[in-house]
Amino acid sequence: MRPFRYHRPAGVAEAVAVLAAEPQAAYLAGGTNLVDLMKLGVQRPDLLVDVTRLPLDAVEELPGGGLRIGATVRNSDLAAHPVVRRDYPVLARALLAAASGQLRNLATTGGNLLQRTRCVYFQDTGKACNKREPGSGCAARHGQNRDLAVLDWSDLCVATHPSDLAVALAALDAVVEVHEPDGPRDVPLAALHRSPGEHPERETTLARGALITAVRLPHLPAARRSAYLKVRDRASFAFAVGSVAAVLDLDGDVVRDVRLAYGAVAHRPWRAYRAEEELRGRPFSPQLAARAADAELAEARPLRHNGFKLPLTRAITVRALTELAEGTPAP
Amino acid sequence: MTTGAVGQAYPRLEGREKVTGAARYAVEYPVDGVTYGWAVPAAVVRGRITRVDAAPALALPGVLSVVHHGNAPRLAPGPEPDLWLLQEPAVHYRGQLIAVVVATSLEAAREGARLVRIDYDAGPHSTVLTADHPGLYRPDQVNPSYPTDTAEGDFDAGYAAAPVRMDATYRTPAYHNNPMEPHATTAQWRDGRLLVHDSNQGAAPVQATLAELFELPRESVRVITKHVGGGFGGKGYAKAAVVLAALAARQVDRPVRLALTRQQVFGPVGYRTPTIQRVRLAADTDGRLTAICHDAISQTSTLREFAEQTAVYTRSMYAAPHRRTTHRLVRLDVPTPFWMRAPGECPGAYALESAMDELATVVGIDPVELRIRNDPAVDPELGRPFTSRNLVACLRDGARRFGWAERDPTPRARRDGRWLVGTGVAGASYPARSRAAAATATARRDGGFLVRIDATDIGTGARTALWQVAADALGVPPERVEVQIGDSDLPPAGVAGGSMGTASWSWAVIRACEALRAKLRDTPGGGPSDGEVTAEVSTADEVRDQPALPRYAYGAHFAEVRVDADTGEVRVNRLLGVFAAGRVVNPTTARSQLIGGMTMGLSMALHEEGVLDERYGDWVNHDLATYHITGCADVERIEAHWLDERDGELNPAGVKGIGEIGIVGTAAAITNAVHHATGVRIRDLPVRLDKLIGLSGLA
Ligand SMILES: Cc1cc2nc3c(=O)[nH]c(=O)nc-3n(C[C@H](O)[C@H](O)[C@H](O)COP(=O)(O)OP(=O)(O)OC[C@H]3O[C@@H](n4cnc5c(N)ncnc54)[C@H](O)[C@@H]3O)c2cc1C
Ligand code: SF4
Repeated sequence: MRPFRYHRPAGVAEAVAVLAAEPQAAYLAGGTNLVDLMKLGVQRPDLLVDVTRLPLDAVEELPGGGLRIGATVRNSDLAAHPVVRRDYPVLARALLAAASGQLRNLATTGGNLLQRTRCVYFQDTGKACNKREPGSGCAARHGQNRDLAVLDWSDLCVATHPSDLAVALAALDAVVEVHEPDGPRDVPLAALHRSPGEHPERETTLARGALITAVRLPHLPAARRSAYLKVRDRASFAFAVGSVAAVLDLDGDVVRDVRLAYGAVAHRPWRAYRAEEELRGRPFSPQLAARAADAELAEARPLRHNGFKLPLTRAITVRALTELAEGTPAP
Repeated sequence: MTTGAVGQAYPRLEGREKVTGAARYAVEYPVDGVTYGWAVPAAVVRGRITRVDAAPALALPGVLSVVHHGNAPRLAPGPEPDLWLLQEPAVHYRGQLIAVVVATSLEAAREGARLVRIDYDAGPHSTVLTADHPGLYRPDQVNPSYPTDTAEGDFDAGYAAAPVRMDATYRTPAYHNNPMEPHATTAQWRDGRLLVHDSNQGAAPVQATLAELFELPRESVRVITKHVGGGFGGKGYAKAAVVLAALAARQVDRPVRLALTRQQVFGPVGYRTPTIQRVRLAADTDGRLTAICHDAISQTSTLREFAEQTAVYTRSMYAAPHRRTTHRLVRLDVPTPFWMRAPGECPGAYALESAMDELATVVGIDPVELRIRNDPAVDPELGRPFTSRNLVACLRDGARRFGWAERDPTPRARRDGRWLVGTGVAGASYPARSRAAAATATARRDGGFLVRIDATDIGTGARTALWQVAADALGVPPERVEVQIGDSDLPPAGVAGGSMGTASWSWAVIRACEALRAKLRDTPGGGPSDGEVTAEVSTADEVRDQPALPRYAYGAHFAEVRVDADTGEVRVNRLLGVFAAGRVVNPTTARSQLIGGMTMGLSMALHEEGVLDERYGDWVNHDLATYHITGCADVERIEAHWLDERDGELNPAGVKGIGEIGIVGTAAAITNAVHHATGVRIRDLPVRLDKLIGLSGLA
């Protein structure tokens, strides 16, 4: 492991200033992703700026409805928060479907959103990876890519974003509050992560040194009827091979509003706008849900080993929406 | 056996020490002036190291040395080319450990390992096992010393003439033993003698290997193996960690601690070979087998021949007049495969027990009944009666407990909401062998007893079992007995492997205790009046003179699975195993071994798979986040039962060994249940959702 310094900033502004001045510094939150990657030599910061003592660990109810979640709120605490459980079940379920109890006790909201891909080549410094080492090639493009993207990938990178939380937040139209060297700014969650394009090493739209300070959930009464469905290769403690976050608002049997986001299909949490469009204003049926998923996936380009993600995503879209429509979301 | 400690459910003697963290493992012993070693893996598959530039590593504060083939102490070329480490520039597989960085801190050693610059001349490589690989050959024998091929009757004619035939090919991937504790060693040289605290399955064989490699008399090497965090076969003999630590310690003339990384456990220390197995069965219309053929293909390395005995299981399992088994091997540019829980039997049983299920479907006979019908009266190849064979009893008892009688054999007939539900069965067997061992028993002046034997407890409860056996053999309550194990200074005994540990060690312990009692009877006053009395025995002659008889443990596995009709996800509702494994010394630790084996079989069926990238020549999912091992949430209901079996032809304790039989039939029981649930037969493991997705037509 590269020798590094450790700094505990006194406040948000100082933290951001330190990051701006130190090109090889990184924020340290729960460390459950960063420290692993440092051990593997994938990330090699020379300074860790520990954000966990900053006053960013509160969950507040906002005056007009909605919730502000501090960036250092631990995943376990957020999942257990009574308002989250009542008003945004999709969020609680997504959190609880992730990682393990021990990891969730450490993992933070901000760290979760900025965790790196689980592409196995990214994690092995002995293999080509444009994201880790721009210009070195993408070993996954023609390698073992069962777990990787079917949508919006580029020839330079076919990785997926691994977070479950981010998928739920994408469906909820969450807004990320960040503090950049130029000052604070709001970034819609759906605009936080980038497509890989020509620069897979750039994963977010944030400025260098940006600190996530909070995530804001809008007032969304429909979210009380929401679900997160995750499919994985074993019953617990595994990243998604497919996931869907869904909010469904019915007027009789007509879809008044719907929010749908997919995990494990792209370089960013995938808000399924086309599917939503297909669903909105029509009487709900499982067939309609299937058509909506097909519309969303029409432009998918599966890789050698992951064609199954299309029927899988379709199946879980239908199930999640149907169960919401019937009022029986499975735990 | 008088007082009856054997058969009681004692908790592990060292359980408290372990759960409180007080038990010390190989790299946890405090040692003055200790340094840390970090192994460097080769970055090419096949080739030669042309240059090692240690300077950047040596420039790092704390780094003491970079040990590699250009400067390492010399080793004698032994029978294990895998262990001839840091001796030559040749690279035989990607990940081969080719240097060690030694530093005063673990962090500096690790960073130093990253900084070493190594150049190679790399050549083309072949790392993928295929059924038509041009390098396929017939080894002279298969592990440990079975004939490569066998034939009775005339398989081809028998097969051709039969009214019912079944021909299928099954594939298993590379599986990687992943004990919680990786291979790890603390090595120290003192006055030309080598002391290692090492994580292994047998101190004496490690001692012998080290003595040979370093050209020392055995007495100059001491191996201490008090607690081991699991092995599953992968620590059966000396492995890279102990050799590298000893080399490095000699180089820097200071004690060295070295543990392999999780990634390094995937390869350099062995793994279960992938297999390609073709099984052909022929039967009459009553399901009586007339011909059986099992052709197995597996891989080995260019360093050494490791010929897994995949088809040997089929030689004694079911009766048929015409039979043939063959083994073929390919030398690939891969690490040498090694033992993993029930090597041979486990993948072999997956194929044969799946084939039996397929045959049952073809002839329309219940798969339990099919197995009972083909239970041989004598060993099909040796022609001799089994010392005990209770497969049928296991099947019957298991069927009763499981509720098999209510089963509708029609595939895909049961549904529970979105889940398709099915049940499956498989047989299992595992050889019951013993090895020679020595032990001493001592009567102490205070009325206590000390039993010493170089047995190894790799977490199984072996220490506790021997303590119970000794107490009964001495005729005293166990509280008066102390057992010492896990040290090559103790009387020599074989490895914890091949399900032979308790059988072999208890044999020596019982004989030592008997000898002590005889000695005490001859002592005036019947006790150690003016000191200790010790009896020392070896079972070498007794074990050698044991008649060669077919001795096996048996088991019947039952599984109920559910398969999500939309997503193809598979969950195991229930696993039930019934075993006939001789006398059970300790029900607590026995159950733990059996359900542990069954869980590992579930893992083999549904989760584990070494995913090879042909271009890089290694497994890309070499960590526990991406190489999935069954977790607690995957095991919903699991039961292990055993029959009360007495077999006088085994060993004095009457045990058959239970470390491996639990895994043998599990994978087939599960995949057979998956077929029953879905009507789909998956013949390449693991069964994953992408192989089953879309059964409902929804996906
Ligand atoms: C074995 C394993 C299994 C897992 N399974 C899952 C799973 O199934 N689903 C899932 O969603 N996740 C899973 N995870 C990932 C886990 O959720 C993340 O590691 C965790 O959420 C990261 O949060 P952290 O606080 O520990 O971040 P850290 O590791 O501390 O940081 C992660 C990154 O975010 C940056 N960062 C942290 N906080 C901020 C901030 N406030 N502002 C700006 N940058 C910041 C850091 O610099 C770093 O680059 C798993 C992890 C492991 C190890
Ligand atoms: S997919 Fe992306 S992360 Fe994976 S190897 Fe290619 S560039 Fe690297």
